[in-house]
Amino acid sequence: MDNVTFGITMLICGMGGTILTLWIMSLVMALLGRMFPEKPEKKEA
Amino acid sequence: MAEAIINGLSGLVVGFQVLATDWRNAVMLIVGFVLLYLGIKKDCEPLLLVPIGFGCILVNIPLADVMSEEGFIRVIYNAGIATELFPLLIFIGIGAMTDFGPVLAQPSTFLLGAAGQFGIFLTLLLALALGFEQLEAVSIGIIGACDGPTAIYVTSKFAPHLLGAVSVAAYSYMSLVPIIQPPIMRFLTTKKERETLMKPVAKPVSKTTKLLFPLVITILGGLIAPKGLPLLGTIMLGNLMKESGVVARLTKASENEIANVTTLFLGLCIGATMVGSAFVRAETLIILCLGFLAICLDTVCGVCFGKVMRLATGGKFNPLIGAAGISAFPMAARVVQKEGQKWNKKSYLLMHAMGANAGGQIGSVIAAAVMLSVLAGMGIIR
Repeated sequence: MDNVTFGITMLICGMGGTILTLWIMSLVMALLGRMFPEKPEKKEA
Repeated sequence: MAEAIINGLSGLVVGFQVLATDWRNAVMLIVGFVLLYLGIKKDCEPLLLVPIGFGCILVNIPLADVMSEEGFIRVIYNAGIATELFPLLIFIGIGAMTDFGPVLAQPSTFLLGAAGQFGIFLTLLLALALGFEQLEAVSIGIIGACDGPTAIYVTSKFAPHLLGAVSVAAYSYMSLVPIIQPPIMRFLTTKKERETLMKPVAKPVSKTTKLLFPLVITILGGLIAPKGLPLLGTIMLGNLMKESGVVARLTKASENEIANVTTLFLGLCIGATMVGSAFVRAETLIILCLGFLAICLDTVCGVCFGKVMRLATGGKFNPLIGAAGISAFPMAARVVQKEGQKWNKKSYLLMHAMGANAGGQIGSVIAAAVMLSVLAGMGIIR
């Protein structure tokens, strides 16, 4: 594979893949945050 | 008798003779002293620069053979660098030390961590343009991850002959983040943007979310980029141990004893790769320049992405936070906080920047993992 093809592929797939992966992770973590919200501590009687 | 004595004495001066014949060893002895000076006197990443500097001195003393097949550093190198074990052990410690709470409170900051990785790929292109081979270019680009263990992991795998230059660049520039970033941040932002006040992050994160985070990231990241799972898995193992709170002894050992011993051996081995004949070349200087450029480009792309987020939020986002989307944790976040306060005394960006910085930590590992999987997909590596 020539260097131009290699470089462009790495830029598109590498950077695109990184952004996509982190975006998916941010969505999943936001979902988890909603599914398991922090509950306020119960006050002792 | 006299001849035997003369021969015996000549054995004591042959080291000086060899040193005098190869000036590159002498240059590297000076480089070793400079690294020690930076570590000891200037406090630049001393935990690494001191063993690296000393390793550099050891390997450049002629005829000592510390890196020959039976040399003691070669034994450590083969055990921990050639097998890629040391960076992974360090990662367990990093995971055990890092609080991902700020990024979990604001998951969108993950994206700032992605923007901070642009430098890796742009530098890779530059390295290719300058004539480096493809896998060498990958190893040079990874300096832009701003993450020592990731850089060492990738370089020891694909371009072990560049390990010394890449590691020194990665760790030196990481410690120079407070000097490199502020001018770029100021150049790319307006006064009004820098003065933007941001609401404090008040959203608490539940224990369940913190516990699920390392598991979800490992499985998800592992499925998307399986080649990088050792990197991702070890950092997440450390974090799971920390958040679970039930293995305090293991957590403590990971962030102290294991990380300390590994750092010592890692530094020594990196220093020992800096042998004069292999290091004193124009190529090394180019790598150091490209590494510097990689970290500048990370900052540029991070701040620019911060500006995009500012547009998307109708001017409520301070773009300085984008500069924290790199892996130098928590140094980059502190730089953002300091810079923000310089322009607006009421500005308190630390928690937002910590989120971006933790995102950058994950981002650098994900970028390396994605890179490895793309290379495997293209059939360049197995």
